[in-house]
Order: sequence, then C-alpha cells, then structure tokens
Amino acid sequence: MTATTLAPDTAQPRSRPEKSSRGRRVRPGRIVLHTFLALTALAWLVPILWAVYTSLRPYSETQSHGYLSWAHTLNFSNFTAAWQQSGMLHFFWNTVLIAVPAVLLTLLLSAFVAFVVTKYDIKINLFLLMLFTAGNLLPQQVIITPLYRLYLLIGLPSSISDSGKMYDTLFGLIVIHIAFQSGFCTFVLSNYMKTIPATLSEAAVVDGASVWQTFSRIILPLLKPAMAALATLLSIWIYNDFFWAIVLISNGDNMPITSALKNLSGEYFTNDNLVAAGAIITALPTLIVYFLLQRQFVSGLTLGAEKG
Amino acid sequence: MTVGTSADAVEPGRAGLQPRAPKRLRRLTGRDKTVLTLMTGVPTSLMVVFVWVPALASILLSFTTWDGIGLDSIKWVGFQNYHQIFTIYPQFWPAVWHNVIWLVVLAAVPTPFGLFLAYQLDKRIRFSRFYQSAFFLPVAISGALIGFVWELIYNPDHGLINSLFHTNNPNGTYLDWVGHYPLNLIAVLVAASWRHTGYMMILYLAGLKSVDPGLKDAAAVDGANEWQAFRHVIFPSLRPINVVVAAVTVIESLRAFDIVYVFNKGENGTQLLSILITDNIIGEASRIGYGSAIAVILLVVSLVVIIPYLIVTFRKERRA
Repeated sequence: MTATTLAPDTAQPRSRPEKSSRGRRVRPGRIVLHTFLALTALAWLVPILWAVYTSLRPYSETQSHGYLSWAHTLNFSNFTAAWQQSGMLHFFWNTVLIAVPAVLLTLLLSAFVAFVVTKYDIKINLFLLMLFTAGNLLPQQVIITPLYRLYLLIGLPSSISDSGKMYDTLFGLIVIHIAFQSGFCTFVLSNYMKTIPATLSEAAVVDGASVWQTFSRIILPLLKPAMAALATLLSIWIYNDFFWAIVLISNGDNMPITSALKNLSGEYFTNDNLVAAGAIITALPTLIVYFLLQRQFVSGLTLGAEKG
Repeated sequence: MTVGTSADAVEPGRAGLQPRAPKRLRRLTGRDKTVLTLMTGVPTSLMVVFVWVPALASILLSFTTWDGIGLDSIKWVGFQNYHQIFTIYPQFWPAVWHNVIWLVVLAAVPTPFGLFLAYQLDKRIRFSRFYQSAFFLPVAISGALIGFVWELIYNPDHGLINSLFHTNNPNGTYLDWVGHYPLNLIAVLVAASWRHTGYMMILYLAGLKSVDPGLKDAAAVDGANEWQAFRHVIFPSLRPINVVVAAVTVIESLRAFDIVYVFNKGENGTQLLSILITDNIIGEASRIGYGSAIAVILLVVSLVVIIPYLIVTFRKERRA
C-alpha cells in the first residue's frame, strides 16, 4: 500500500473523459443524489454555522429577540471580548509548548522503532510491534488511575516543575502524548517502511554505512510523505486532547487551550455568544490545518487503516 | 531490551535450521548494536513505563484500597471492590448500559451511513470534494469543542432546537435536552454520530478505492442491479476495512468521554465507564481501588476487541 493511492479523490480527473463519452444527458438518479448530498452536507454544517452565527451577534440583541431571529447587527465584538477577557493567548501558547515537542519526538521515536522492526530481523520484532499497536488501542481511562499516581511519585527538578513532581507540568503532558501516540505512529510507519525496497538499505550496508547512517541518510528522507501525514494528524490530535490535561494538570494556568476552555466558559464566557466565540477561536487553528492539509490528515488516518 | 544478545543467541544453535537467520546483524559493529538498542530501547521504555506498567498496575490496585497518601497505606482486599461495584455502586450498571448503547448506536447508525456516503461519493461525482469536506469536518474538531458547539443547539432555554419548535416553555412543553434522561443520552449520541459518520466515510472511501473496478463492471455485465452488486461484490471485498471499522467503532464507544464530559459531566443519566473512572480520580472522594477496578473491567472489554484485531492484523506477518 503506497501513500499515493490513498488520497480519496486522486482518481477523479483522470477518469472523467471516458465517463462523458456515455453522453451528456443528465440522469435523474444523479439529480436525486446531488440534492440528497447537498442537503445532508448542509445539515452537517448546521452546528458549526449556528455557532458562527451566534458568535457574531451582540448579546443584547439575542437577549431581546431570542437566538433564533434575524440578525440586525453582526460584528466581532464577542471575539474581541472573549479573547481579551480570558487571556486565551496564554493557553494557546501552552498548547504550542506541548504539541511541538510531542509531535516531533513521537515521529522520531516511532520511526526508530519502525526502522528496527522492519529492517532488522530480530526475534522480538513482532512482539514489539504488537506492544506498540495494542498500547495505542487501549482506552486512556484504563491507565489513568495508576498514571496519575505515577505522576505524583516521579520527581522533577524545580527548573521544570514548580511542584517538583511530574504531575501538573507541561513536561508530563508531553511525555504521555509521546508514549501514547507512538503506538499508532510506529504501526503506520512500519507498514510504510515495508514498501521501501530492502535493496536500498542493503546497498547502503554494502557501502559500509552504519546503522545510524542507513536510518538518517537512506530511510528517513523516504519517509517524508508518511511523516507529513502523521505530523498533521498528530498535531490535530494533540491539539484536541482534552482528557490527559484535565486529569494530569491541576493548576488551570498550565492547561492547554482545549482543556482550558471548560474553565474559561465557567469564568469568563458568561453567555452563549461568548461561548460560541471562544469555541470558534479555539477551533480555528484546527480548521485552518484541516482545510490546508486535508489530504495529509486523511491519508494519515487511512494509512493506519490499511495494511502494507 | 538487548538487541545484540538476542541476535547472538539465535546464531550458533539454529543457524542451520533457520535460513533467514539475521545475516545483516552479524556484520554489525558494537557501535551499531548500541545504536539499535537505543533506538528501540528509549521508545519501548516510554511505552512500557507510561502505558503498560499503569495498565498492569490498574489490575493490582483493583484488589486493594488506597487513599493515595503514602505507599504503605495500600491494603489488599481481594475482590471487595468488584463485589461492591457489581452490587451496591449505583452508577455502575447504568454506565455499562450506556456504553453498550453507544456501541450499538454507533455501529447501527453512523457506520452504515458513513459507508453509504462513501459509496455514493466514490462514484466520481462532481463536488465530491466539497461533500467530503463537510462530512469529515467534525472529525477534525475536538470532542470537547463538539460538546460546546452542540450545547448551543441543545440548550433547553434558548438552544436552536427548542427555539425552533417552541419547546422551551417552562409552563408548557419543555424539552430538557441537557438534564433529562433519556433526552440527554439521545442528544450526546446525535453529536457523537455526527462525528463518527465522517470518520467511517473516510475509512470506507479508502477501502472502496482499493476495490478492483473490474469487479463492479463484471457485476454490471452479469446484470446485477446496484444493490445486488454492492451486497454481493463490493461489500465482501471491503472485508479488510471492515475489520478496522469494527475495531475503531468499539474502541471509540469505550473511549467516549470528551463530548459527554463537556456536555453535562455525565450527570443525570449520561454516565459512562470512562467518566466513573475519571470521577474516582479527580472527584471529591478519591477511591483508587474503585477507579482501578472499573478500569480493569474496561480493559477486559477492550482486550476482547484488541486481541482479535492484533491476530487478524499480524497473522499475515507471522506467516511471511
């Protein structure tokens, strides 16, 4: 399975000519289908559009006319209010501090394991691969109680942790993201590496390349498409994580944005208009990544679903 | 984790028996072996220490009571936690029941609907890309945000639904989508299905791409109608993706947490096992043994899915 066949609609433009030879007449079936798909797609967007609509309306207006009414005024005042009152920037920054190292290290470490497992014939390979794959499938809640206790037991130097513990630190969140996500990435990357011809690395070995050189000069550059897909997927997943942070962080100031929203909505977002604005601001980075890198996102997901 | 020794151990005795014994490893220098050990050792240690040790510790802790203050206060109590959970913990059976409902609903509604959409969108129709983006959008949004966004729709006083149908009259019809069971369960299931549909659609689209187009043509030549072709030709050839879909659907319904937690904290009849476990950590009464016992139940149920999935996934490799 190569990554290029995975993006769902690559086949479309190529096959159009043969299709049109069947004639230009509009088939009634297609009209029904398009009507159905268009209406369903619109219905699918209603929750988002409703949030956008609510966020653009002043609270006073929705108070007097109700939320379901024609808008007289549409402006961004809820957005500026939500942004300024809650200090969201700080929480976005926390997310950056967590997500950037977590994504990079997860990819690197997973590539290590996948490389060893696919390119070297070692007895425990299959066991390792299963350990990683199964670890990724566990519900987070299965491990959270002991993990929470573990985080309270592990000491950290005070330069990293105010409390001197792994609990309630960004560092702790980075570590659990790496550990938990490396299962999926190892699985995907090992499937991907199987499609790389063994002759490539064998030639490198013949030329006297060391293990590290084989990995960094031969294999790693070939992983770019899979890495791009996984980086997109991981960024969105880690950005979207809610669970780890609400359990492993106690000080609200240390929370990443997705988890902080719950506190912010109680404290600052006092009406639905502000909640909607806060939710959309929070969704914005994911949505931008989604629209710009949709193909990567999709192929990241489907790479995991298809076996090499 | 000793990559070097395991390879060495294979060599002397079995070299004759196993033609595919690692040739390349023999050529490795000591430094190469160190690099290999580090490359696997570091990620594996992280995985073991932070995922598998806690998973196993859950099992041990589930047979104890512990207030969490000092390791010496751990007391072995045998099956007491389980016994109490099964008999007198009022939240437990409703939570199990809701997880089952989640699974049944996700498997019965959004999964086939996602397949249906994928099948239609795979027909090389115009605007396919736009439709796909719309259906897939919720998958990119966090469960927590989905909870917030749907709150705006379900709010009993001024949410979209109740405003639209005038069901927000405290003296007349008042549908409490957040606080009243089973309305709130339906509400979160709709939100969860909204997301699950897109996920399933994308998986099936990838699956359909790998179906041999010649198969469909052959079915058409044989005079099969669309449904027959789908039922007897397309669907059977989607078997590999169906395994993934089944695993994802079960795991998602066991993992379900964010949407419900944001929506109403799993109170008033929307509780799930995942929420009970979390409440036992960050709730007022920190009952570690209790939380662990529920986690073990969740683990056992998950393994029922994970183990067959691993067998199906890796069977090919063991033969290879």
